[in-house]
Amino acid sequence: MSIDAETVKKVAFLSRLKIEDDKIETTKDEFNKIIKWVEQLNEANTDGVVPLVSVNDCQLQMRKDEVTDGNKAEQVLANAPMKEYGYFGVPKVVE
Amino acid sequence: MTDLTKLTIAEAKKCLKNKDFTASELVSAYAQKMNEGRKYNAYVCETVEKALEQAKISQSKIEKGEGGNLEGIPLGIKDLFCTKGIATTACSDFLKGFVPPYESTVTSKLLSAGASFLGKLNLDEFAMGGSNETSAFGPVVNPYSKDIPLVAGGSSGGSAAAVAAEMCAGATGTDTGGSIRQPSAYCGITGIKPTYGRCSRYGIIAFASSLDQAGPIAKDVRDCAIMLNSMAGYDAKDSTSAKIDVPDFEKFLGEDIRGMKIGIPKEYRVDGLDKEIVAYWDKAAEILKSRGAEIVEVSLPHTKYALATYYIIAPAEASANLARYDGLRFGNRVEGSTLDEMYINSRTAGFGKEVKRRIMVGTYVLSAGYYDAYYVKAQKVRRLIRDDFINAFESCDVILTPTSPVAAFPIGDKSMQENPITMWLNDVFTVSVSLAGLPAMSLPIGLNTSGLPLGMQIIGKAFDERSVFKAAYALEKDVMFKGAK
Repeated sequence: MSIDAETVKKVAFLSRLKIEDDKIETTKDEFNKIIKWVEQLNEANTDGVVPLVSVNDCQLQMRKDEVTDGNKAEQVLANAPMKEYGYFGVPKVVE
Repeated sequence: MTDLTKLTIAEAKKCLKNKDFTASELVSAYAQKMNEGRKYNAYVCETVEKALEQAKISQSKIEKGEGGNLEGIPLGIKDLFCTKGIATTACSDFLKGFVPPYESTVTSKLLSAGASFLGKLNLDEFAMGGSNETSAFGPVVNPYSKDIPLVAGGSSGGSAAAVAAEMCAGATGTDTGGSIRQPSAYCGITGIKPTYGRCSRYGIIAFASSLDQAGPIAKDVRDCAIMLNSMAGYDAKDSTSAKIDVPDFEKFLGEDIRGMKIGIPKEYRVDGLDKEIVAYWDKAAEILKSRGAEIVEVSLPHTKYALATYYIIAPAEASANLARYDGLRFGNRVEGSTLDEMYINSRTAGFGKEVKRRIMVGTYVLSAGYYDAYYVKAQKVRRLIRDDFINAFESCDVILTPTSPVAAFPIGDKSMQENPITMWLNDVFTVSVSLAGLPAMSLPIGLNTSGLPLGMQIIGKAFDERSVFKAAYALEKDVMFKGAK
């Protein structure tokens, strides 16, 4: 599959990254090189193979649904770039 | 004593107990080495004063005949582990200034064992890289460099260089596709990536969650065992950590390897593999054979697909994990007129080139219409790769391979800068192990004709670190690697 400039822009937006207009072409070429390289996997016969999601055979552990932590608003906000009245500050999202 | 930093952790523990020197003197000796070793750019944050405070507490415990497994031992911590009250950046501009309000499980276990922390160690940004050149703090210089500065490997480049240059007694590393083993090989020291699930990932900044695993980087096999004893264990805070007893790994060292079966995978003898590496590989097999082990050929037929599989799965998981860096709750924020614009500006300014590349590749392979063709396909091949190992281990106990197809290369190497795939190819011997979730250790086997260290990798069955330690210890004894910095 070959990737065009539009796809590069779309993927950049989905990634919430900006690519300058003059970098679109080089990014596209590099992307195509990588995608073409990983497409070697198409050679491998995977008929009937179940995808491996985790190497970990352990069962997930159950625990009681109870509060084990909390009352740390100050610590949670300590690294916030912007905070007000005990909340994270964000740009206006509703007009 | 002037050579305190030459001591292994095992030796230092004994000397501290004998009161040959104090824990504070040991910290001061390493601090001196840190001063002399600034040119290596291994530390991105130094916390010697804190280490001295910790040493004082350790000393009083030692004097009372108390103390943990690592009482008074000064360690370096890869800057991917969250350390409470100490800046943790993953060597990304995005996280500069981030001070975690909590401690990772692994570092908190090390602290409880009595270790002190000398500082945070350099790495590739978010552990994405194989040369430590993607770090926002600049590359780490390999202590073996002569005229031209060489890479220390990556992503745990700072950890490997700091141990090699005696700037800490041991260090933590993390390994996603080779990030403990490959830098250990380049810097002539020893490191083990334990089985996936051995160490808790809680508080380790996530790169690819189905692959990430913490492990020790140290001066020798015994020190790795001592450190791993204090790093491993089930943790309710990491649902993928294994509820399996942690044995005393040190106890396995020196066990007889007679009758042990050592597998040599024929697919790893790729055409054009460096002759010196092949010669050392044969020598390593010869050593184990002379100690009574049996050498058997094994086959891992899907090896050739490991890199492509890894470079779909790891970026896919990274793109999801790194979605949290939105500029809202912590880290870098660059304002924009809308919320989306703020996200985009913050991320574009905060992430480096390799991280952006992997986020985009990951986003693409997970996007609608391509998910099955790339991501699910890679997960299927991942099973084939893991099944290869399961089959191979029916006829052997451990597998012996080189750690990397090359020795340390110059910083800024053109061919690798121009084509990311060339850089990725250096992981060829380490990624398949990560995809299969197996334990593997790298230890130095000797120097090449340019005087650069080469590493051997010993791979074990899941949760059979015992065989890995046994074989590695036997090999180490006969190799008698001294280094030559």
